[in-house]
Amino acid sequence: MARTEPKKDVVIVGLGWTGSIMGIEMAKQGLEVLALERGADRYTVPDFRYPDVIDELKYGVRFGFMQKPRNSTVTIRRTLQETALPYRQLGSFLPGDGVGGAGIHWNGHNWRAMENEFILRSYVEDNFGADIIPEDMTIQDWGVTYAELEPHFDRFEYMLGLSGQAGNVNGQIIEGGNPFEAPRSRDFPLPPLKQTYDATLFADAARAMGYHPFPRPAANASGVWTNEYGMQLGPCNYCGFCERYGCLNYSKASPQTCILDALRRMPNFSYRTNSEVLRVDLAEDRQTATGVTYWDEEAQEEVFQPADIVMLCAYSLHNVHLMLLSGIGEPYNPATGEGVTGKNYAYQMNGGTTLFFKDKLFNPFIGAGANGMSMDDFAINQIDFAAEGFIGGSYITAGVTNGQPIRGIGLPSGTASWGEEWKTAITEWYGHSMSIGSHGSNMAYRDCYLDLDPTYTDRHGRPLMRMTFNWKPNDIRMTQFMRSKIEPIAESMNPDTWQSSYKGEGAQYDVRPYQTTHNVGGAIMGDDPNTSVVNRYLQAWGQHNLFSLGAAAFPQNIQYNPTGVVGALAYWAADAITRDYLPNPRPLV
Amino acid sequence: MPLPDWKTTRRGFLGGGAGAAALTAMAVPLHAQSPEPEPLENYAPEYFTAEEWQFVMSATALLIPSGPTPGAIEARVPVFIDLQLASGFGSADDWYMAGPHIADADPLLGWQSPLTPAEIYREGIAAVNAWCEQTHEAPFADLLPQTQQEVMTALSEDEVPLPPELRGLFDLLLQNTKEGFFADPKYGGNHRMAGWTHIGFPGARASFLEWVDKHNVPYPLGPVAISGERG
Repeated sequence: MARTEPKKDVVIVGLGWTGSIMGIEMAKQGLEVLALERGADRYTVPDFRYPDVIDELKYGVRFGFMQKPRNSTVTIRRTLQETALPYRQLGSFLPGDGVGGAGIHWNGHNWRAMENEFILRSYVEDNFGADIIPEDMTIQDWGVTYAELEPHFDRFEYMLGLSGQAGNVNGQIIEGGNPFEAPRSRDFPLPPLKQTYDATLFADAARAMGYHPFPRPAANASGVWTNEYGMQLGPCNYCGFCERYGCLNYSKASPQTCILDALRRMPNFSYRTNSEVLRVDLAEDRQTATGVTYWDEEAQEEVFQPADIVMLCAYSLHNVHLMLLSGIGEPYNPATGEGVTGKNYAYQMNGGTTLFFKDKLFNPFIGAGANGMSMDDFAINQIDFAAEGFIGGSYITAGVTNGQPIRGIGLPSGTASWGEEWKTAITEWYGHSMSIGSHGSNMAYRDCYLDLDPTYTDRHGRPLMRMTFNWKPNDIRMTQFMRSKIEPIAESMNPDTWQSSYKGEGAQYDVRPYQTTHNVGGAIMGDDPNTSVVNRYLQAWGQHNLFSLGAAAFPQNIQYNPTGVVGALAYWAADAITRDYLPNPRPLV
Repeated sequence: MPLPDWKTTRRGFLGGGAGAAALTAMAVPLHAQSPEPEPLENYAPEYFTAEEWQFVMSATALLIPSGPTPGAIEARVPVFIDLQLASGFGSADDWYMAGPHIADADPLLGWQSPLTPAEIYREGIAAVNAWCEQTHEAPFADLLPQTQQEVMTALSEDEVPLPPELRGLFDLLLQNTKEGFFADPKYGGNHRMAGWTHIGFPGARASFLEWVDKHNVPYPLGPVAISGERG
């Protein structure tokens, strides 16, 4: 028996980055806003306070701030023929849990995508011809352009207090920044972070080869900052416990440090924790959402929460899961290519080269989350796809962010993993290795998608979502190309030894080692209801009062960490809703 | 097996001479204030049986051997593993454990055993000991060091026949051993921050603003634990 709560103007599913942004932007309009968060509440104090949070076992290894697979997970298979099996323990990706979501445990790498990434299919067709697109590659345009998003990137970055160096302000190229980036309307809010030794060595080597290294755009404050909501950040102390941890120092931009304390003071905003949304409820004609049904963990009962507007702000995978469970959009069918919900799941193609120096000491335990130097000389807008034989690109980067020993100590390949040899090697090499990484795009494919699993169910009896995903030759060629560019840089640095790790021909997706929590697609945006789930304002094509935020909207993955685009899209959608939808609720396209 | 009491030796050296009391008070690190825990021989495991405890003592001593610097035994890694298995980690509290289980699936699809980590240790140790009895006529803990080394190598190379639901035993044991060497001492291992000292990791200091751009310069301070204990 479901209890019914009084109706709200807006109900938000999930209180991470996008839920917090939509929460405060809608509350500022005077609407009654309720956020439902399935995890626990979290505050800097006590949840992230020193010294308790400096606990590698609890948070870095046992994933104290992450979702528990027991409560929520997916099944995974590599091919349409394989039987999907549950992702029983966390490995490849780490969805966040609780208030703040993944926004508390990211490293703070906050990028804008390239202009051509938002119009990728058109860009490829116009510049290289449609025939270079492999038959099974299902890349699309986003339905929104960089120029339209620029003010929203800017707003998000100033809300975060981003540290960095602009390379292109209104078309003027600025020395020391990224000369290949899309034009910004102004410089970063804060100057770049200090650089660690490894990043400096990499940048010197890259510069000597004619490349253009620049500081990584970091959502770790390099100085004091007060944002538009009156929230204050203090300078990062390079504690070496950023990714997988909440920030003890009020330095990493997160919903907690940038939005939530301001939002909690607004009388027309409220939130309930331990409240897992089970489905979106639709009107009989299915043309609108009527609210959501959630599980009240404390009362142990289902609750119907009516609302005029429903905003899905959960992690990308969970937005798609909720849509599949609620019958929103036609489920994608890989056999016919028809249907949209679950289509174009994509990930991130990364690789790296590790360098070992006997006579250099890197003090790897010193690091912010996003200190480091990068170069975009082989970015997606710098590559001749026809000549190189792949579609995509990467940024190349170095910058140690932690030296936590359980998570791994880099050792020359062939070193024993235990016993006397290992024990000697870890003293010899701890602090004496560094890496140069390639962080690259991942295209969308006909048989990489999300649907409901036929066998496994969650604790509420709902089918788990099934992920079908594997690495494809196009993206493997891309990462091998990056290898061919990185290895000469590494060699020029004269390490005692070095080794590479890039996906090679025939590579299969391995769910065990951590790769990245950049899961995108499945509820993609676009300009055609036959090929996308939401329109350019993240509004569901079929239900105009339902919006789906976050990286599920990406039609394929960009070459960058997704949060910058997720934030810009949130402000873009909030702006359209405020200006155009609230005065006259209807399909905006 | 007599354990090298490196800490006592050091203190004996420092405190050896008459009039050295003041020096001792200065030189002995803060941890001297916390009493030494129960010696491992007297430790009463929370999870392991006596036979399993002997196995874990012998196995971890091979994985991180003792020597001039502490190994798994001095770092009390077996205690760490015992306490972990008695906790939510041992019972896979956070993991999705519903069936059906396809234990012999492609390893790239991750953990598919129906067994929890605690159960893997229980059944896995019994299976390895049975194999040792069969091939060497003694359980693992009673084998000669050279034979133990051979068995551990065989286990690491999947050459000890184990049913698919136990195939994760070696990786689990090695992972937990390294965790016990490097986790904060509050979990029972990394005793006196031996693991951190071994590699030069400063533990929970977590504040390095003044050292970020001191490139290629050794960091001067030793480790500190969450409890405030210093190494």
